[in-house]
Amino acid sequence: MSKIAVSTTVNGDPAEFLCDAGESLLDALRGSLGLTGSKEGCGSGDCGACTVMLNGQMVCSCLVLAVEAEGKSIATIEGVAEGSVLHPVQRQFLEHGALQCGFCTPGFIVAAKALLEVNPDPDETEIRYWLAGNLCRCTGYDKIVRAVSAAAAELRQERSAA
Amino acid sequence: MTVQTYHAPRTREEAVALLAADPAARVLSGGTDLIVQMRAGRAAPSSIVDIKNISAMQAVLGNDGRYTIGAAMPCTGLLRDEGLCKAWPGVVEAANLIGSVQVRNRATMGGNLCNASPAADSVPALIAAGATVLVVGPAGMREVPVEDIPVSPGKTSLAAGEFVAEIRLPVRPPRSADAYLRSIPRTEMDIAVVGAGVSLTLDEAGTCTAARVALGAVAPTAIVVPEAGAALVGTKLDDAALDAMAAAVRAACRPIDDKRGTAEYRTAMAGVLAKRTALIAAARARGEA
Ligand SMILES: Cc1cc2nc3c(=O)[nH]c(=O)nc-3n(C[C@H](O)[C@H](O)[C@H](O)COP(=O)(O)OP(=O)(O)OC[C@H]3O[C@@H](n4cnc5c(N)ncnc54)[C@H](O)[C@@H]3O)c2cc1C
Ligand code: FES
Ligand code: FES
Repeated sequence: MSKIAVSTTVNGDPAEFLCDAGESLLDALRGSLGLTGSKEGCGSGDCGACTVMLNGQMVCSCLVLAVEAEGKSIATIEGVAEGSVLHPVQRQFLEHGALQCGFCTPGFIVAAKALLEVNPDPDETEIRYWLAGNLCRCTGYDKIVRAVSAAAAELRQERSAA
Repeated sequence: MTVQTYHAPRTREEAVALLAADPAARVLSGGTDLIVQMRAGRAAPSSIVDIKNISAMQAVLGNDGRYTIGAAMPCTGLLRDEGLCKAWPGVVEAANLIGSVQVRNRATMGGNLCNASPAADSVPALIAAGATVLVVGPAGMREVPVEDIPVSPGKTSLAAGEFVAEIRLPVRPPRSADAYLRSIPRTEMDIAVVGAGVSLTLDEAGTCTAARVALGAVAPTAIVVPEAGAALVGTKLDDAALDAMAAAVRAACRPIDDKRGTAEYRTAMAGVLAKRTALIAAARARGEA
């Protein structure tokens, strides 16, 4: 089986890799591109640990074929912090203790950041529905919801100050 | 995965040729069923024909009150068309009950229909709406009512080389609306135990002049229940009419027992859910919701 060459953009930078026709985007990111921040919790769309942005839409990268990335723009957890400066969502996860083992965290951060981009002031229900596709076996979710609320408040403040 | 080749055709004709040339090829839309099945070994296509790059396959077009939805339009994309959301709130809400945001950003109504699960959420809503699909294939094009696509769990009436290119919604008379409700053990991310779609039209006095009722998860495919629609026509959706409709719904159910619900529970719930759905559709038709 011959490999397929894919040219794409990952976290703003051009990226190229070779993949098999049936390979998942998650495997290409973690394998060929060495971006191991996105996790595989289930491989079936249920847990959201593999969440990435594909042309601005959050998707489960385990349910995207690597070849579909051709010509697209992908954003992963690795691109969320700017250098060593954490994104407010990341910082609030730390401050609120919104992670324990941390396996689900990259997916939650990518998904929460996507929420705050479309809805800067979500209520608890909106946060819970938006994050329904992200599973956490450790925290019980409450701290995650509070961290997302706090990050939303921080981002609103930043925006009004700017 | 055993898949050897990935194709991303730019035209319908190219897609048909690729599908016709390889009997073990599979259409890829959002992949939220197909890729899961491939990983689980339940599907082993030799090649994949990704239809998302074909022109208009991810578009919503409104024309003289009719809507044409590209078969590969993700469910969340439907929310961005205000006219569609106003004309067909039930179809849009049904598609946006599927999975999570991550799943809905990829999942399509075309895939939901062609996966042929009896519990597919958007299918009863489309059937209630009187939607048709445009099927393209080696012999040309044909327009088919949505209810004629699934034939049994996992099987469709599509012939070799055929695929669904468009979903079409008819013109809406005034005072018409639709709704879809499902019953699931959780509030998100679960498979319907029962689904009910209702689309109806009222006259100025509030009397129902047309109604279609469709059900999911209570038979091998989603079904339309003409007797249930007929029970509403000519009434103001009073309790007696709703009870008669619910009785027709229960009579049409042929559900299975599984871990999500017994056949008896599904049948009873189908009547309850169809009533609630009809009341939401009626309130919307009166402009109250
Ligand atoms: C976590 C999770 C939760 C889910 N929750 C729900 C839910 O709540 N409700 C629900 O109904 N479903 C649910 N699903 C199932 C799935 O998301 C839906 O059925 C979805 O609509 C499938 O669309 P798709 O575009 O992803 O299909 P694909 O996976 O691309 O295709 C599905 C099947 O249809 C065929 N196909 C696709 N498009 C066409 C076409 N245009 N013409 C001919 N054949 C075609 C494919 O070859 C394949 O056999 C869920 C799935 C996941 C992973
Ligand atoms: S690994 Fe993709 S959703 Fe769980
Ligand atoms: S912190 Fe362990 S799964 Fe969420």
